[in-house]
Amino acid sequence: MVGGEGACRQRDKDLLRFLTCGSVDDGKSTLIGRLLYDCALILDDQLAALQRESRRLGTAGEDIDFSLLLDGLEDERQQRITIDVAYRFFATPERAFVVADTPGHEQYTRNMATGASTSELAVILVDARKGVLPQTKRHAFICSLLGIRRIVLAVNKMDLVGFKEGCFEEIATRFSAFAAGLGGTSIRAIPLAAKSGDNVTARSARTPWYRGPTLLEHLHSVEVSNGGGQRPFRFPVQWVNRPNGEFRGYCGTIASGRIAPGEEVLIAGSGRCARVKEIVTFEGTLECARAGDAVTLTLESEIDIARGDLLADPGAPPEFVDQFAAHVIWLSEHPLVPGRSYWMKIGTRTVTATVTTLKHRIDVNTLAHLADRTLELNEVGFCNLSTNVPVAFDPYEVDRDTGAFILIDRFTNETAGAGMIAFGLRRASNLHWQTLTVGREQRAALKEQRAAVLWFTGLSGAGKSTIADLVEKQLLAYGRHTMLLDGDNVRHGLNRDLGFTDADRVENIRRVGEVAKLMTEAGLIVLCSFISPFRAERRMVRELTAPTAFLEIFVDTPLDECIRRDPKGLYANARAGRIPHFTGIDSAYETPEAPEMRLTTIGATPERIAEHVLDELRHRDII
Amino acid sequence: MTVIAERPAPAGVQPKHLKRLEAESIGIMREVVAEFRNPVMLYSIGKDSTVMVHLARKAFYPAKPPFPLLHIDTGWKFREMIAFRDATARRLELDLLVHTNDEGTARGISPITSGSALHTAVMKTEALKQALNRYGFDAAFGGARRDEEKCRAKERIFSLRSAGHGWNPKNQRPELWRLYNTRLREAESMRVFPLSNWTERDVWEYIAAEDIAVVPLYFAALRPVVSRSGVWIMVDDERLPLEPGERPQMRCVRFRTLGCYPLTGAIESTAATAAEIVAELRHTRWSERQGRLIDTDEEAAMERKKREGYF
Repeated sequence: MVGGEGACRQRDKDLLRFLTCGSVDDGKSTLIGRLLYDCALILDDQLAALQRESRRLGTAGEDIDFSLLLDGLEDERQQRITIDVAYRFFATPERAFVVADTPGHEQYTRNMATGASTSELAVILVDARKGVLPQTKRHAFICSLLGIRRIVLAVNKMDLVGFKEGCFEEIATRFSAFAAGLGGTSIRAIPLAAKSGDNVTARSARTPWYRGPTLLEHLHSVEVSNGGGQRPFRFPVQWVNRPNGEFRGYCGTIASGRIAPGEEVLIAGSGRCARVKEIVTFEGTLECARAGDAVTLTLESEIDIARGDLLADPGAPPEFVDQFAAHVIWLSEHPLVPGRSYWMKIGTRTVTATVTTLKHRIDVNTLAHLADRTLELNEVGFCNLSTNVPVAFDPYEVDRDTGAFILIDRFTNETAGAGMIAFGLRRASNLHWQTLTVGREQRAALKEQRAAVLWFTGLSGAGKSTIADLVEKQLLAYGRHTMLLDGDNVRHGLNRDLGFTDADRVENIRRVGEVAKLMTEAGLIVLCSFISPFRAERRMVRELTAPTAFLEIFVDTPLDECIRRDPKGLYANARAGRIPHFTGIDSAYETPEAPEMRLTTIGATPERIAEHVLDELRHRDII
Repeated sequence: MTVIAERPAPAGVQPKHLKRLEAESIGIMREVVAEFRNPVMLYSIGKDSTVMVHLARKAFYPAKPPFPLLHIDTGWKFREMIAFRDATARRLELDLLVHTNDEGTARGISPITSGSALHTAVMKTEALKQALNRYGFDAAFGGARRDEEKCRAKERIFSLRSAGHGWNPKNQRPELWRLYNTRLREAESMRVFPLSNWTERDVWEYIAAEDIAVVPLYFAALRPVVSRSGVWIMVDDERLPLEPGERPQMRCVRFRTLGCYPLTGAIESTAATAAEIVAELRHTRWSERQGRLIDTDEEAAMERKKREGYF
């Protein structure tokens, strides 16, 4: 064994991750440049390049423009703004630092949130002349939301207000009043002049009234979190290592707590426990490991554990539910639509999730709760989410590693949202599914058929309802039990409250999907005729009704032909601007990528096409 | 000004911040192996690649790293590098793939006659794309660090590449916490940088603490060099044409970065061990990439190369 007594003790130099944020032009990049310069960490060739470029661009007169040190992208230097987060590293004899320089513009808030997610401390800059701006509050709020409990309010450009104490005090007081609403955040206000270096690393002679630490002193002395060492053990299983028949190790990074051989761990959600046999590392087995360590655990008993499982302290298990409430920051240009299904990555587990309710949006300037139906880019909301399978988690406030998740768009694959779980909704644990003795199979068997969903999708006027109607007639003739749900018809009843915005279209399909599911439970063959323009919702219904047979039938009639047919005169109205959000005109139709059937309607009679569908049903043993 | 002077960490005990960096890198490597179908580790033979290979051995122990190493050989690497590469692969029993753009070689592309920009484009960037396509790798580890260059400082740890291997710096996925979005569409791939948050000094402190073998060119020794554009270029073989009146001289030099030998400058130094390099770095006033002739072609040279598929 290596490590021994000292293995779980803190070692010498620690690492503090922090970010700088605040409004545009408050001097974030200059401050970092000054910190690096004063710590003698800008090297001669870098300094020479910096001087060359500063002079060429002439943005800082004869002085060095430190922002050029950090704005590393061509676009940033051309537009003279910070767009994306940059990471810089520096070390002093006391501590190593990772600093994230984040953009000040509102449209790049998502990049600021990225920098905040891994930081323990935020330096929020304020221009002493301008005081607390909306963007100052926005950033303070997002830092607080992401769990940063230590804020340095750097009141910069004090030289431009004559180093007046009153000016500093007023800003510090106003900010503290706002931050009181954020809860549990400690604030240290420091008067600075980043350009000339006052109170950055050296105490300024021009602020004799200020008795607190310089910025660097504060960064040295602030207590670094112990990385969750005191909390209950949590270990998301990242990869199962099986080089041969004998060895089976669970690899991962300890999210919180500590573990030693012989201790029991719970496989969250399964109720099963196992004893840790060894903590395996390249250097040998360990006597103990703690939060932040990347290790491999072997267990004394053979139980089924896979990537995505969470090993936990049996005495303090995590929650395990499929419904919970969370704050969500929206990161995508495509708005968050309740009811739409996203990939959700939490710990090492990926599941599908939908936002069932957007409870409110938070106005980040006033912290007011506003009613809303969607979240746009950079907006923050408080939502209920539902996952396809239960997941183990701790509230984000308690554990950043096990309480955070990202939402990924299932078609573009972009990272669309970032979430912080507030609490589990008891519904999942309290509202048990009533297990019934008679099921879909039995009900269908009585009708001598297999339940199925035939989902007809296509443009308005493509011929969906005509074909569905003919197919149903034929099925009826064969003595099959069916039901037809038609887009127009359900909008007269069940969905009369919904319009045609993207959000309403999603909800429309979600409800129809649920109804179709109930009908398949009854053993019916359900025909659904809906434009259903989005792939995401068609996939949602497919998954919702699983394991029932689902046939996506794409009625593929070109737009020109639909416009020519225009049986209800809708295209004429839409093109005249009288019907907004009309699919094919000003709202997109996403062509199915792999439908079970693709029906070409030009040059074939509806009867012939319906016969074709029936052949397919026979082929698939549905009838 | 704060004076930077530090006690070296006691032998065998890693400073805590190195331990955290090590754990982060290991976590990143395991995530790639768990999420991708066919990963590969780019191996440039340099110190960063060497540390990366060392971390990979730790990450998957007792198994061997479950992916091959890939070296893009331009034909202009120092001889000692190639010897070190082959010896390392043998000693550690690693699966090593070597790819050269034969078409480029046939066209006579060389850093001497074609210039650094064309040589890099054909023999490194193009060669890399050929190899990635040939083996169908969907994820490739690279040893780049954010402190090397300011455009690297902006890049994600999991950095998406288009079907043509291009990087789009304007549309990077937000990367929050340790939750890496690993999803790819058809023909896209991921470049992954496990050493993103390491600095040059971290790398050397780690090499010293872990006693990792690196190419001897990093250590000071008497070597035949000529002075060009303010840097020392080593006369590694007879292919380097000497200018009229130019005569190689023996100098005590070492390399801070290693690339193609005619493009990589040495520095005068007496640091002959990893610990001495750590001490030297504490006092140096020059950055690591000063010896690389490839980055100084133009402002934003690195970003343009990366957009085209360079690592």
